[in-house]
Amino acid sequence: MADYRQMWSDLNMDLEKHDLLCEVLPEAFGGVYLSQENRPQGMDFYDFVVSEIHGVRPSELVEHRKNGGKVFGTFCVYVPDEVVFAAGAIATGLCGGSQFWVPGGEKVLPANTCPLIKASVGARLDKTCPFFLIEDMVFVGETTCDGKKKAWEILNQDVPVYVLDIPQMKREKDIAAFEQEIMDFIKKVEDVTGNKITPEALGEGIKLINNKRKALQRINNTRKASPVPISGKDALLVTQIAFYDDPARCAQMGNKLADELEERIAKQEGVFPADAPRILITGTPMAIPNWKLHHIIETAGAAVVVEELCTGTRYFENLVDETQTTIEGQVRALAERYMKTNCACFTPNPGRLDDIARLVKQYNVDGVIDANLQFCGLYSTESYLVKQKMDELGIPVLHIETDYSENDFEQLRTRVEAFLEMLGK
Amino acid sequence: MYFIGIDIGSTAAKTVVLDGEKIAASFILPTGWSSKETAARIKANLDELGIDVEADDTKVIATGYGRISVDYADKVLTEISCHGKGGANLMAGDCVIIDVGGQDTKIITMEKGTVARFLMNDKCSAGTGKFIEIMANRMGVDIMELFMLAEAGTPIPISSMCTVFAESEVISQMGAGKSKEDIAAGIVESVVSRVALLASRHDSLDKYILTGGLSLNPYFAVRLAKKLGQEVVTHEMGIYAGALGAALLAADKFSKMPDSNLHRFPAVK
Repeated sequence: MADYRQMWSDLNMDLEKHDLLCEVLPEAFGGVYLSQENRPQGMDFYDFVVSEIHGVRPSELVEHRKNGGKVFGTFCVYVPDEVVFAAGAIATGLCGGSQFWVPGGEKVLPANTCPLIKASVGARLDKTCPFFLIEDMVFVGETTCDGKKKAWEILNQDVPVYVLDIPQMKREKDIAAFEQEIMDFIKKVEDVTGNKITPEALGEGIKLINNKRKALQRINNTRKASPVPISGKDALLVTQIAFYDDPARCAQMGNKLADELEERIAKQEGVFPADAPRILITGTPMAIPNWKLHHIIETAGAAVVVEELCTGTRYFENLVDETQTTIEGQVRALAERYMKTNCACFTPNPGRLDDIARLVKQYNVDGVIDANLQFCGLYSTESYLVKQKMDELGIPVLHIETDYSENDFEQLRTRVEAFLEMLGK
Repeated sequence: MYFIGIDIGSTAAKTVVLDGEKIAASFILPTGWSSKETAARIKANLDELGIDVEADDTKVIATGYGRISVDYADKVLTEISCHGKGGANLMAGDCVIIDVGGQDTKIITMEKGTVARFLMNDKCSAGTGKFIEIMANRMGVDIMELFMLAEAGTPIPISSMCTVFAESEVISQMGAGKSKEDIAAGIVESVVSRVALLASRHDSLDKYILTGGLSLNPYFAVRLAKKLGQEVVTHEMGIYAGALGAALLAADKFSKMPDSNLHRFPAVK
């Protein structure tokens, strides 16, 4: 690994504490990822990114900042990255997926807050993640859940947080409201960057992000095949990295991987036997480096073939209409696209149940694992409706509630193995 | 040909040996701190009975939290599959198995002889045998004494959802001079309520069997039946349900005889 200590020190990170994280990550990644057999060669790039997770991309962001560019940090798939890139700025995902940051978050947040929020706040306050410390970074929060809404107020005491108001329903007037919200966001991004967002620039931004989505769609399409050409863990890693990598490079590397996976399908080459149980995971996002559930499932002999998650289909399934030529038309297209994403923060939210039902068919799924992070009231409540829908379809479903810690690992393993035994494959 | 089921739980390790259609041996050992050692002791015990676990015509299935420590097992299966199989066998047919164990509580629905659905408590010891064990310790009695006290008492509500907080609640009730009997009844009622809640989130057949360590005490089943408004039966072999299921599944898997769902035991009425 290249030496990034000078950069980390310049970013005012807590180096001593950060060293602890640097010590455990390679081992965790090795145990979960490198132990897999017959991985696609295209995963080498993603392995490299993880091996320098706090170095290679942050140094690009620092470089961008030195050249006068701006960086926006986001926490949600409802934030329109297109607008940020249209202004010559960079958007990067910031969600925390490690228990390492949770205690830092608990210093200011109630213990019964979801670990994703605690880790995200903790990573900033503890100064142990370079992504959170890029100079002048604009933090973009959003109003998807109560935990986040209040957390922004507290985080805002440390660093300014711009909050995007996400509707809670999907009526026409809500879509119109989100259109207005995107207009305001354009103004904010223009103010911060000093760059005017022209229809040409926004058109380019839309194409850039659409291309990234298309590459991710291609990869995921290959997972419909049996035997499946890529493990769920690897596919999850690709999506997780897509949140903060350069979008053009993400599309390029993604398409390269998709080429390889399509060749594998032609050769009927897979990473699991053709008769391995095929699992769909739905629920709350799995931010990097949260690989816990995928690891348990896949080491028990089943293949995760699709994620109906923010770190899954919700991130890349829908494209923005590229034919609009005015800001108004483009913003309308953006609002329509983002309001197609089905998160449990909306009421009612039948679209998500339909999505799961459709994916179960498309991906030939044997069983659904509905997993939510602890203290996520929205997804844990909606699990009742997910189960109802799956019962209707005769698809076995297992509900799991967990956090980032390792201490329920064996209990989860028992549940997952019992579920697989029940599927009887 | 012997089929052996070994169920190493968090508190007790249960072993059942099937010889054809009858139980050749069954015994319980405390799990202790090392499942590996427990597995070795079970092997030694079987040796003394003249049963060689390594013999070609002896097949072993291990289950429970310590299942991976049984290095001489021919196969490992989760306690869900094994408790389901064992419970349904004791009930002579499809039923809902409620297993209150030392570390977790499971509700398993059996349909056509296989697991159709199951539910387990979250990572928390409230509503498990562990809760009763901790509270009995706190009151300075053993578990059987706690049940005897409870039978003579009127339950004091214990509202905390967490074992640690509930323990504080029990301490303050003791401090307030409440009777041992009433506190004991409150403790049992708290577990009964949590188990019944879990069961009510599951679907209901009208046939419930209580298995696991708590099935040894009829009082718990009586309270649970009252809470559920359904009959809950117990069986003298109830604590062996997981080991029995494992042995039966070993017979299913390794035996050439096609009598997989044979009921080898007098079913409860």
